[in-house]
Amino acid sequence: MAKLTRQDVLHIAKLAKLSLTDDEVEKFTAQLSSILKYVDELNSVDTSEVDPTSQTTGLVNVFRDDEIKTDQILSQAEALSGTDETYNGYFRVPTILEGRTDK
Amino acid sequence: MNLPLTIKETKAGLLNKKFSAVELVDEYLKNIEANKDLNAFLTVSHEEAYKKAKEIDNNLQDTPLLGVTVAHKDLYLTKGIRTTAASKVLESYIPQYSATVVDRIEKAGGITLGKTNCDAWAHGGSGENSDFGPTKNPWNKTHVPGGSSSGSAVAVAAGLSLVATGTDTGGSIRQPANFCGVVGLKPTYGAVSRYGVIAMASSLDTMGSFGRTVEDVETVFNVIKGSDGYDSTVVDSAFRIPHSKLKIGIPKEYFTDGLDKEVEKSIMEASKVFEKAGVELVPVSLPNTKHAVSVYYIIQPAEVSSNLERYDGIRFGNSREDFGAEAKRRIMLGTYVLSVGYYDAYYLKAQKVRSKLIQDFDLAFEKVDAILAPVAPTAAFELGEKNSDPLKMYLEDIFTVSANLAGIPGLAIPSGFNKQGLPLGFQLLGPRFGENILFELGKIYEKSK
Repeated sequence: MAKLTRQDVLHIAKLAKLSLTDDEVEKFTAQLSSILKYVDELNSVDTSEVDPTSQTTGLVNVFRDDEIKTDQILSQAEALSGTDETYNGYFRVPTILEGRTDK
Repeated sequence: MNLPLTIKETKAGLLNKKFSAVELVDEYLKNIEANKDLNAFLTVSHEEAYKKAKEIDNNLQDTPLLGVTVAHKDLYLTKGIRTTAASKVLESYIPQYSATVVDRIEKAGGITLGKTNCDAWAHGGSGENSDFGPTKNPWNKTHVPGGSSSGSAVAVAAGLSLVATGTDTGGSIRQPANFCGVVGLKPTYGAVSRYGVIAMASSLDTMGSFGRTVEDVETVFNVIKGSDGYDSTVVDSAFRIPHSKLKIGIPKEYFTDGLDKEVEKSIMEASKVFEKAGVELVPVSLPNTKHAVSVYYIIQPAEVSSNLERYDGIRFGNSREDFGAEAKRRIMLGTYVLSVGYYDAYYLKAQKVRSKLIQDFDLAFEKVDAILAPVAPTAAFELGEKNSDPLKMYLEDIFTVSANLAGIPGLAIPSGFNKQGLPLGFQLLGPRFGENILFELGKIYEKSK
């Protein structure tokens, strides 16, 4: 199952919101296949008696009081300082919904 | 002037008025300028450094890092100072706040000199994968300094800063420390806050530092450790106290055919130094070591793909078009192993083998206080030698990734030079929150060698 096709790579790129050039598609098809082929060796490990580890702290459900921490709040100007694409104090984002054409 | 070589010397010199903080900054900035060809710094913060130095000179107080110059890996957010992660995506990003580590070092009297080069997004083990050009090894400029915290290791090795910060997700502090001949600490996961540091792989990322001596790295660790209320994985755990009679484990799985003979010999010599100093050497086994790279190159890209999702070019930074090849490769790999139909086969399987790696360490630490191991299979390799084949570069991480997967601390210590004149060294691995055991052993080594 380790061999990726060109279609697989294009599908993953779409999921990851990356646009790849033809060269990149070709290169990644080969490189990702070889990495996946390498990690397939894990199938030889018997893991029937272990639980998966997602983190190593042993902590569960860390909560804090629901209070406003004023030292952790950015002003509107600070929050917007990373982009030139603003409008009336908001971030300007690319259009995702076009006007309806069915009526 | 002759620059002080340790934190203690720096503090004593300032408190006794042998030199001023401004004179220190003059000297370090001169060194940075004279060593531009190493490409260790991406941004030098002259103005901020002099401002802080003047504050110190005007009001001398005995703080833990008084007048200590520090260079921050460009993954640490620094309020008002450009932070790029060595990626074109963040080419002109100016953070609105600083990382907890940066804040704590400044409050303790540290002087920020600037931001250091690294592999973009901390993806790499050679320092070559920066969008702003490779960092060079100060001992031989045709060799890599290691990565990903390349510029920080180089800064300390070349006398461009007394200490420097780094991040270690799969060896990114220990390996460049080893290649550059300086001390580097990867703390226990959960000992130091990750707040304000650009995330790579959130279950593996740890924040540590480089220094010229074990004591300096220990001093910085004591300043930066502990909860800040902003990183819920940080535990104010009781750190282990070293026994009076210490035992070091030698894991046979780390001494394989792939290990360079000179590296192996230097580690055996280090073990003799410990033995002579009264430390007992005990053979231990970490049988799942051979699976560590596979586990790491599933879990890490999975977490990378999720963390890099936020770079959409809307709120800050450039668009996803600006990701370099390695970031794209890891995003693709991570997206694949998390996608429908492959999650169980890859991600879940890797998480289970991760548990087995942790069990190996748990068993070993029942018998010994620390483990002595190589950091990398060879000394610093040549620029360009491995960067055409990603898998070959990934295998470079074989001896370092286990500590991240297990969440345990590791201390890289220099031990000398090989025939080519490149640094050699070793790492000590300890149980979770066993930093003090590693510092104790490190100091025993420095004293006895």
